[in-house]
Amino acid sequence: SFLPERSNLAGVRHILLVLSGKGGVGKSTISTQLALSLRHSGKKVGILDVDLCGPSIPRMFRVQDSAVHQCDSGWVPVFVDPDKSISLMSIGFLLEKPDDAVVWRGPKKNALIKQFVADVAWGDLDFLIVDTPPGTSDEHISTVEALRPYKPLGSILVTTPQAVAVGDVRRELTFCKKTGLRVLGIVENMSGFVCPHCSECTNIFSKGGGEELAKHAGVPFLGCVPLDPQLSQSLEEGRDFIQEFPKSSAFPALALIAQQILDGASQRSS
Amino acid sequence: LLVLCLPLSVADCPGTNSAQAGRAAACQGCPNQRLCATGGAAPDPAEAAELRERLRSVKHTILVLSGKGGVGKSTFSALLAHGLAADEAKQVALLDIDICGPSIPKMMGLEGEQVHQSGSGWSPVYVEENLGVMSVGFLLSSPDDAVIWRGPKKNGLIKQFLRDVDWGEIDYLIVDTPPGTSDEHLSIVQYLSATHIDGAVIITTPQEVSLQDVRKEINFCQKVKLPVIGVVENMSGFICPRCKNESQIFPPTTGGAEKMCQNLNVSLLGKVPLDPQIGKSCDKGQSFLSEAPESPATASYKNIIQRIQEYCDQQHFHEEKIR
Repeated sequence: SFLPERSNLAGVRHILLVLSGKGGVGKSTISTQLALSLRHSGKKVGILDVDLCGPSIPRMFRVQDSAVHQCDSGWVPVFVDPDKSISLMSIGFLLEKPDDAVVWRGPKKNALIKQFVADVAWGDLDFLIVDTPPGTSDEHISTVEALRPYKPLGSILVTTPQAVAVGDVRRELTFCKKTGLRVLGIVENMSGFVCPHCSECTNIFSKGGGEELAKHAGVPFLGCVPLDPQLSQSLEEGRDFIQEFPKSSAFPALALIAQQILDGASQRSS
Repeated sequence: LLVLCLPLSVADCPGTNSAQAGRAAACQGCPNQRLCATGGAAPDPAEAAELRERLRSVKHTILVLSGKGGVGKSTFSALLAHGLAADEAKQVALLDIDICGPSIPKMMGLEGEQVHQSGSGWSPVYVEENLGVMSVGFLLSSPDDAVIWRGPKKNGLIKQFLRDVDWGEIDYLIVDTPPGTSDEHLSIVQYLSATHIDGAVIITTPQEVSLQDVRKEINFCQKVKLPVIGVVENMSGFICPRCKNESQIFPPTTGGAEKMCQNLNVSLLGKVPLDPQIGKSCDKGQSFLSEAPESPATASYKNIIQRIQEYCDQQHFHEEKIR
């Protein structure tokens, strides 16, 4: 299909979606940490947050009070630092009052998502990460349809270990199959908690469900990320966990996920 | 030249059956505007009457909501259902309107069950004689089946759940919802206006990332005039089973649900700590309250359930007085 030369996504090398059938498993967390890791590998990254009802991304970078400007090419994304190596777009920046509920039915959500995909002037990016709400509905259908001409790299599916979560993520895998979205791999988040006082490991949300699902579905397993209070704290405060806490328990797994994505992307490029 | 974007109008969909449908300020730019303005989306008054008739025999209705996903709505809905059904004299119904991610069948030990139709409608699936359940999960033939539906189709199924399920006489109808403030939430409030909703129980976890979404949900309740029974703070601390030290895995950096409830003038119904047994019981389809009666989490849940029951009883009492 014809891609206008001046399309706002023309300068984006790789697009990947972060999905889950299940809510609260860590999609926004993984999106954020992946962006930070890729940035530390010298990449330019954008995050498009299409969760219109519960936009988490702005606060996770401590830019929740930023505003969006328009230029000739469209909407200017919000940069998280002077380096301009990470840029964001979210409905969170567009609300007058942050506590106002966005009570929209599907058609209105779809219209904004189409605008988000077409009108944000990202410039040149190595990666555009699309953070999604849970489910397989309007936001997901519209996002995949709008991105199709730009051939997304694929999707990362996030789950927690327990069966109730995996049960929903199985359905998300079907969504990927039906929409032709390649699954880059599954992340098992909140996989075990190591007590900072005595180092005892407790599997609060069970263990192994994500890995089993990857095996069963024949998709790559990207790794287990443990529960890490320092990670939760960083997200609360909008801090760069990857830069500030390389010795924390979640760091190795998060770094490994980023490495696998980088490897996959360079293979795809060559 | 950079121009500041004006704040987005989050003026809401007035509802397809409202007099303002298609005409309100919020309708500008909505792809459905013309359909609504020409009355194409208005509900059939006969349908509204049908719903009213079907829901006539429901005494109390409780919605379980959260702006945030994964905080424990379904877990709580299941335990609330079990807790209320412990009184065998009460008839309890649990309706799962999470169409894309239906967790209730697994949590209630009903995975693989199918819905049967009879002359009087769809039969709920019974866990106990006095506890019936309905979910889209029962309509799917495989655990891999995805329900990839846009809003209008989801709304249609929710209406069917209310109109076509033969619930019988119910003391408590509990409605478990997906996260957010969208089609499912607008529709359930709209359709249940045919009966009386006692109120909403809102679930959160302690950290600001959750609270920022939950404040929106409370705002939603205010917008649609849905009373808030109170807020439950789930995953509130973890006590290591070995050394007994507490860790705040989801830290209440902005004061947790307690501070939010104070600020918004809503009740905090209780706080429930993390307990690995909760997830295990859910996965097994067993009631955590029965499996781990000694857990501090069980005590918290039972307390909260009692407060909800008291709230509902007061509602009933006030209604009786008015009559």
